[in-house]
Amino acid sequence: MNILLEYICDFFDRFLRLLERPLLALQKVIGIHRMAYFFLAPNMILFALFVFLPVGLAIAYAFTGGTEMLIWNRPFVGLENFRRLLSCSSYMDPATCEYDIFWTAIHNTGWYTALNVIGTLLISLATALVLNRLTRGKAFFRAVFFYPVLLSPVVIGLVWKWFLARNGLLNLFVENFGGERIIFMLDVFWSRFWVVYISIWFQMGFYTLIILAGLQAIPNDIYEAAQVDGTSRWRQFRKLTLPLLIPNLLVVTVLLLIRSVQVFDEAWVLTDGGGPGTANTFIVQFIYQTAFNSEVRLYGLASAASVLMGLVLLVLTLVQVWMSKKAEH
Amino acid sequence: MIKFLTRTRHPGRIEPVDIISWIWLFFGTTMIAIPIAWALLSSFKSESEINSFPPTLMPQAASTVEIEGQSKPLSMWQWTTPEGETKEVAMVRRIGIKATMIDPAEPNKKFQVPINEIKQIKDVHFAWNNYSEPLEQFDFVTYIKNTTFVTLVATLLTLLLNSMSAFALSKYNFRGKNAIFVAILSTLMLPLSVIMVPAFIVVVGLNLADNLWGVILATVATPTGVFLLRQYMLTIPDDLIEAARVDAASEFRVYWKVVLPLCAPALAVLAIFSVIWRWNDFLWPLIVLSSPENYTLQIGLNSFQGQFSVQWHYILAMTVIALLPVTVVFILLQKYITQGVASSGVK
Repeated sequence: MNILLEYICDFFDRFLRLLERPLLALQKVIGIHRMAYFFLAPNMILFALFVFLPVGLAIAYAFTGGTEMLIWNRPFVGLENFRRLLSCSSYMDPATCEYDIFWTAIHNTGWYTALNVIGTLLISLATALVLNRLTRGKAFFRAVFFYPVLLSPVVIGLVWKWFLARNGLLNLFVENFGGERIIFMLDVFWSRFWVVYISIWFQMGFYTLIILAGLQAIPNDIYEAAQVDGTSRWRQFRKLTLPLLIPNLLVVTVLLLIRSVQVFDEAWVLTDGGGPGTANTFIVQFIYQTAFNSEVRLYGLASAASVLMGLVLLVLTLVQVWMSKKAEH
Repeated sequence: MIKFLTRTRHPGRIEPVDIISWIWLFFGTTMIAIPIAWALLSSFKSESEINSFPPTLMPQAASTVEIEGQSKPLSMWQWTTPEGETKEVAMVRRIGIKATMIDPAEPNKKFQVPINEIKQIKDVHFAWNNYSEPLEQFDFVTYIKNTTFVTLVATLLTLLLNSMSAFALSKYNFRGKNAIFVAILSTLMLPLSVIMVPAFIVVVGLNLADNLWGVILATVATPTGVFLLRQYMLTIPDDLIEAARVDAASEFRVYWKVVLPLCAPALAVLAIFSVIWRWNDFLWPLIVLSSPENYTLQIGLNSFQGQFSVQWHYILAMTVIALLPVTVVFILLQKYITQGVASSGVK
């Protein structure tokens, strides 16, 4: 392992030594402080190409129609795409919308987000409290709970698909307890339940760590003082821990919201692309299918949906950045 | 061991909260371990075993015995006679509800047994060919190669480019510094999942569609990496850099020989995360790559399970292969990974 690393470093060293002379010449011409632009350039070019330009393009494409890919071949349609996406006689009932699949996706993302945020928050908080009490074995359990965070969404989807299969382990339990075998992924209620459950299952470790870091930052002497005063443990939790933890919990909530709105990978693998029917079709999936996975590639409509989703994420991220700053102080 | 497990906050006293805590930890650990362990065990089951219900815990195969005078190995069965005796016998053939059996001890005597009196004997058997066959028959070796290439190249570029930006942002004063910093910050708000449609159009414009470089380049510049490294570089004293400048080192040399080696811990954290992110990437490669010879492992696995949804014995084996590198990295480096997340809240 170390030999390999040394080899890579050596290779880079030789390669970069070639750059030395031209860079020194450049430095002499532009001055030491402008070398910063050279150091920034490669990253900024990539940011420009893959973030800033796409943002501009998304907005531009959102106002065009047709199926051509090149923007100058596409007719300008004004707000037509947004009108199609947003025209609904009742926003509570996707069936009454002109583009009902979009509203189904919004509804699905809505209930998924609500359940995922509440579930993950409660379970992460409980786990962090338990881990914080441990005097030994803390590192081990922290690692166990964190491990699924690192797994790939495809692996998570397949592992659970197998666990929930018709002849899988869970159905063995179901049958042993006197039930009928269930085809979980063809049932609207169960498939939705498992999509949320699996989200909580694999990401709670991440949020547990963040909450745990917050818990450990609470100084111990205020608990000692409370204990001397004879405050009950439940009261200590409600009056000391929870208020001191609120900044962290808010950051976690916003992070969870941002992640939930973008749900795609593991749900896609688990539900074979949103099934049964459209019970697990989420917004990112709607965008993906509209732009890449249908016979007519509707880049304009997909871009309009991206712009709407981007606005939601923009607001959420601004809130998060603002709160992180506040939590730091 | 028992002493360790029964430790409590107040020695010699077990409170209800301690019991609830341990139940919570035990329950949580099982909930996480069971599905993964189940997939791992199942990945060694033969095709017939994997499709049978009720499933068995360990991968099994029918126990067989070679008997003189028989052309192929015979399967072993447990025979419970109506008198309640049990015997291990080998099956020669089966017609309707009657089976012709022989006793391995006396291979010449054949006898008839009703099939409801017999039960097949199975041994623990690991079907390693679940792992070797897909590697030979399908493109999985290509997928693994592609993923490894993407992961390594993207990680090296991420470390190099992000550390260069971080160096500029932490050690220089120049016009537009704040504007650039805010611009990088703002990229945090626009994850690839939101801008995937136009980002794909850019990739097509660069003629990188269905090309591994299209996957790599879009993911190399990460705001998280720049922030992480910048925070770390701010703690490196400027005197060191001044000293190097006095010694007439070029700016690039200062970056490469002075600052970068001092950043090793932060670079290591970023490297670990970059490897894990890139190895696990799904949505972006799914959009960029279209021909199977360019698929990464995750895309290959997903398309494979769509095409052959009944071949779970292959799917699970390949899933385990996809899961393995991340697991090894985690077991070796879990201390740094959990600390890295706790201290920086990466992604």
